[in-house]
Amino acid sequence: MGKARGKALGGKGLGSQARSQKAKPSANPNPFEVKINRQKFQILGRKTRHDVGLPGISRAKAIKKRTQTLLKEYKERDKSNVFTDKRFGEYNTKISPEEKMMKRFALERQRNNEKKSIYNLNEDEELTHYGQSLADIEKFNDIVDSDSDTEERGMLSAELTASHFGGGGGLLRKKTSEPGEEEEKPKSRKELIEELIAKSKQEKRERQIQRENALELTEKLDSDWKEIQSLLSHKTPKWEKKDKEEKPKPDAYDMMVRELGFEMKAQPSNRMKTEEELAKEEQARLKKLEADRLRRMLGKEDDENTKKPKHMSADDLNDGFILNKDDRHLLSYKDGKMNQEIDDPNEEEQAQEGGEEDSEREEDEEPETEDSQESDAPDSHSDLESDGDSEQEEIVHENKNKKPVQAPEKNTNDAKQKAVFEAARSELPYTFTAPDSYEELKSLLSGKSAEQQLVVIERIQKCNHPSLAVGNKAKLEKLFGFLLEYIGDLATKTPPDLKTVDKLIVQLYNLCQMFPEFASSSVKFVLRDVVHEMEEMIEIKGRASFPGLDVLIYLKITGILFPTSDFWHPVVTPALVCMSQILTKCPVTSLQDVVKGLFVCCLFLEYVSLSQRFVPELINFLAGVLHIATPNKDTQGYTLVHPFKPLGRNSELLLVSSKDDMDTWPKRGLPLSRVNTLKESSETETNHVRLSCVSVCLNLIKRCLTMYSTLPSFPEIMKPIRVLLTKHVPECGYPRELQELCQSILQEMENQDKNYQPLVCEKSKPVPLKLFTPKVVKVLEFGRKQGSSKEEQERKRLIHKHKREFKGAVREIRKDNQFLARMQLTEIMERDSERKRKVKQLFGSLATQEGEWKALKRKKFKK
Amino acid sequence: MEPECGAAELGRWLEAALKSRRGANVVFDILGVLQSDQEDDVLSAIHTCSRLFGALLERRELFVGHLPAEEAAMAGSGDALRKYKVWMRHRYNSCCNSLSELLGHRSFKVKELALCTLMKFVQLEGEYPLEKSKWEGNYLFPRGLLLSVVEGLIPTEGDSSLLISRFQEYLEHDDVRYHTMQAVVDLVARVTDTHQQGVPSTFWNNTFTLVSSVSLPRQQSDISNFYVKHKEMLEKWKVTQLKEHKHVFEKMWFSFLKHKLPVNLYKKVLVIMHDSILPHMSQPSLMIDFLTKAYDIGGAISLLALNGLFILIHQHNLEYPDFYRKLYSLLDPSVFHVKYRARFFHLADLFLSSSHLPAYLVAAFAKRLCRLSLTAPPEALLMVIPFICNLLRRHPACKALIHRPSVEASDMTADPYDMEEEDPAKSHALESCLWELKALQRHYHPEVAKAAMAINQALSPHEVSIAQLLELSPYEIFEKDFKKEGSGPVPLEFLQPQGLLGRRGDLAMEHFALD
Repeated sequence: MGKARGKALGGKGLGSQARSQKAKPSANPNPFEVKINRQKFQILGRKTRHDVGLPGISRAKAIKKRTQTLLKEYKERDKSNVFTDKRFGEYNTKISPEEKMMKRFALERQRNNEKKSIYNLNEDEELTHYGQSLADIEKFNDIVDSDSDTEERGMLSAELTASHFGGGGGLLRKKTSEPGEEEEKPKSRKELIEELIAKSKQEKRERQIQRENALELTEKLDSDWKEIQSLLSHKTPKWEKKDKEEKPKPDAYDMMVRELGFEMKAQPSNRMKTEEELAKEEQARLKKLEADRLRRMLGKEDDENTKKPKHMSADDLNDGFILNKDDRHLLSYKDGKMNQEIDDPNEEEQAQEGGEEDSEREEDEEPETEDSQESDAPDSHSDLESDGDSEQEEIVHENKNKKPVQAPEKNTNDAKQKAVFEAARSELPYTFTAPDSYEELKSLLSGKSAEQQLVVIERIQKCNHPSLAVGNKAKLEKLFGFLLEYIGDLATKTPPDLKTVDKLIVQLYNLCQMFPEFASSSVKFVLRDVVHEMEEMIEIKGRASFPGLDVLIYLKITGILFPTSDFWHPVVTPALVCMSQILTKCPVTSLQDVVKGLFVCCLFLEYVSLSQRFVPELINFLAGVLHIATPNKDTQGYTLVHPFKPLGRNSELLLVSSKDDMDTWPKRGLPLSRVNTLKESSETETNHVRLSCVSVCLNLIKRCLTMYSTLPSFPEIMKPIRVLLTKHVPECGYPRELQELCQSILQEMENQDKNYQPLVCEKSKPVPLKLFTPKVVKVLEFGRKQGSSKEEQERKRLIHKHKREFKGAVREIRKDNQFLARMQLTEIMERDSERKRKVKQLFGSLATQEGEWKALKRKKFKK
Repeated sequence: MEPECGAAELGRWLEAALKSRRGANVVFDILGVLQSDQEDDVLSAIHTCSRLFGALLERRELFVGHLPAEEAAMAGSGDALRKYKVWMRHRYNSCCNSLSELLGHRSFKVKELALCTLMKFVQLEGEYPLEKSKWEGNYLFPRGLLLSVVEGLIPTEGDSSLLISRFQEYLEHDDVRYHTMQAVVDLVARVTDTHQQGVPSTFWNNTFTLVSSVSLPRQQSDISNFYVKHKEMLEKWKVTQLKEHKHVFEKMWFSFLKHKLPVNLYKKVLVIMHDSILPHMSQPSLMIDFLTKAYDIGGAISLLALNGLFILIHQHNLEYPDFYRKLYSLLDPSVFHVKYRARFFHLADLFLSSSHLPAYLVAAFAKRLCRLSLTAPPEALLMVIPFICNLLRRHPACKALIHRPSVEASDMTADPYDMEEEDPAKSHALESCLWELKALQRHYHPEVAKAAMAINQALSPHEVSIAQLLELSPYEIFEKDFKKEGSGPVPLEFLQPQGLLGRRGDLAMEHFALD
């Protein structure tokens, strides 16, 4: 296999050789011996390796190689004995000849040094003195003489005889090897020896010094270590105490210095933070969360932020300050104008005044953004960015105004609650096992007051904190599910126990913070059940009815537990779809439906209050509610959408039946807990509820106005409501309060900018011209493109290579056979010619013999 | 008559009646049991009747030909055998009558069995006709019997859809179908005559159920499945010709549709109009009046009529003036909320797919759809936004609606588009822009917002197929969002709540109270 490759390379070598030969004027190849491989096409960039071939030379080379290998093998085919060359390093090219000789010599000597036979007493070991044979010395031969003369004179010296007749070869060798040295050393021998002695002595001394040094160093190290150890551990080992006594007592000063050196230095730690700083930190945390929320709201899922490991610069002070790119507000375009977020100045303001209102911030933060819109609504509605700063001041004022109002009330409440809580705490056992089923939880909580229930839940949480035992996480996760179910049950009770639900929310929130995944999935499943039920109802009856109070509560809870402003959120988005379905699929058939619908509208508004997203269903429903609150149906000027019908049974549901009730109407919130029992109330009360509904509806409309005023087709969106408010509502004769509200809404609608700017697409990138750059494809094997995968390419390459190698090997074998056949033929020819020659010779000799015999015979005859 | 006469008793009677003509009087007893109150008794009596008269029909022991009155036949002292046959034929008739009465029985089992028995008689009567054939090759079919069956199938009160669905298996047979259609025509005429002051809607519903379950074969060669087996089916028999079938089919539908029907029934008719009525009519163009009238009504009915009208326009050369104007006027907010939304938009897509439509028309449609989408639910929005984008793609002239770089008209004070204008040509749609889509970019549902974002860039040249979006339901959207996996942990609200309503001094807090 390797042969072909080698040959190919050889061929190439030959080719290049030939080329180089061509270049040389001296090497003038016979033009008849050069074979030129003509190419059909000239291909740019292709290297031709075989354009010129020298068949004669390459053949000669191949034949030569075969004679050296194959022929030899062939000739030795019947021979079993092997000639082994045992000369040392005969075929080892790595060793230089001199070295080889030296080695051989060493080996020889070694061989001779061994005594041939222990019983041969005559063959003594050569005795030497100072490396000189004693025999030599005794003979006092002039070595120079012997060297120069013995052989010349033909004298048989002892050495000579020894060497020739079984004497030690070594002796002779020694002799021959020595003369070189002896020529110059006779005088310097002594010096040499002295030198040698001196050297060895010096070496000895040096070694000693070294050893001493090492000893010293180890001793020093030991002592150092002991000192450190004494400092490191208070308890000194016993053995050390003994040692100490032996050692000279260290200097007091040294001790001091050392001690100071090793004294534990106080680590610089964070100083205690002042209240302000703590508040600031909290502020920063909230700010970060807010920034996160904004990012999600805009739907820019910055995956790089989460996926990439955080890069730590070498210069990083590790002080927690990271220049976070995501905090930067990206430029975005809204309504054709540049949109800048205004939240940052807002928060800075807060940071300044923060601190003293730790407890209230959580409540305050959210309304601020909402308030800001309300406050800025009357003065100017142009743009968000323009009056960002002025807003902030107002906010601060507002907050300050609010505070005193809320605080005392809260304090009293707190005090009362605390008392109740204490009472509840004292009555209950301190440990609770986590419930395994919903029934268990129910039995735990049944018959207890809301406060007690709260304490029970709290204690379950504490007893089963995930850090205390392995299975606690699952237990608490289950607890979340059970609580959710329990809340649903409380809400479906008649009358619904909303107070307890109100209390339980905090616990639910805490659990949710602990197990976001589980919480989200369980809320999702609750929502799915709701939607599924509605879908089934629609399929069976063709329409759905408004869901119960529990569903409304669940939706509200979803908004509490999860951020509702995200562009997409695994729980909130389905909840929004669910609410949309409630508002579009459920026809309003009763007053309670109206209340429920308004509550859902309210939730919708809350959900989108931060993100300011557009909810068509909301507008539709509010318009529908206004519609059923107005009497005249003849000329409309607006169109209603699905759940509401212009005419029909329920088209005057909210119409107040008596004027007197208008005047006695007290403004107050719609009672959620009585949603299911509204029917049984008296006519006056019903009228009051109707008025409340209208009031809520108008308020919500107002909220919508401020929220959607920036939408491009705002007047079109609000058109049905405007028509209703201008034409139909005034005829109802509502209380002054409501009429004023209507007027302010209309006023606001009028004030809106009606600026329509033509739409313009963003400029798309110019399409680059097509360039005729060649497509670059990797070519692994010449003339073969591989577009497939790496493994496939590799496989193909190997197959190709195998094929070529195989061919090469076959060719090679064929040539070998030819060569052998040729050799056999020549052998036969040789043998034949030899035979012929011999036969001829025999014939010749016979002929001469015959001739001689005949001549003899003739001679005889003549005689 | 003893009420506890069981199956054994009936069996004995049956044996007696069949064994000799002398025992024929037990037939009265058997027929008496048919009137029983006990369901089981009635069932076994029907069985017995079925076997008895089946055997008699096969033995040809019933009188053939025009039946004389019973008294008259009995009075004469004629042939005893003839008397017996006439008498038995009268019993057979009364049996059939009581069976068809039983079709209105309260128990479905009884109804079903009565139906099957009657149909068995129909088959046997067809094989052994009780009428004399007037000429060679006269086609005889027990029409009278089938008429009474059909009458039982479409009662004036009570829902008989179950029975009709049982009957459907007989409708597979070409002759039964043919004669049923004829019977329906007769029956409808008769019922409307008798109920002058108004036919009850249940009758129409039942009739519709029966009529709509009739489906003709597509080809002449498919007519080979006959309920009553004749030795040879002659070509000249009407029942073997698809043409005649179509004719009767047409007649049946017209006799049904010419009366004033309940509104929901019109909807149902229009729903099946395009694929199960029009193709089987010999002259579909006769439906033009009906469809155009329905198209003019407006609302959902118009939407439904559109489909049939489309077939007439497309395949039968109907010229409909102001078609697009009508279509344009059909677009109102309810179009996104009705059940037939998918169908309507499928057709609207077809109608608006022509590239020869004038730009003003397409622009008016696009603008109007946009305006309507301001009140649409998300599932409709997900469909209609790509729909609008497709319109703009097909008609590059309309791209001005989303891209108007000219400066001079930069500040309009109002939308030039006139929503109230009925003529698309005068609606000034081309001067307007699709600001509504801009508003929808802030829709609460992320998918809708994303879809609306498409107009921010220049539209890609390829249309988006809306076929799979047409049927999108809110439930599917919910499921999609439900199943979608978010990357990373679930984001949580970071503000601690104080209670159910108390967190932010929020809206719900302002307007609702817990107690």
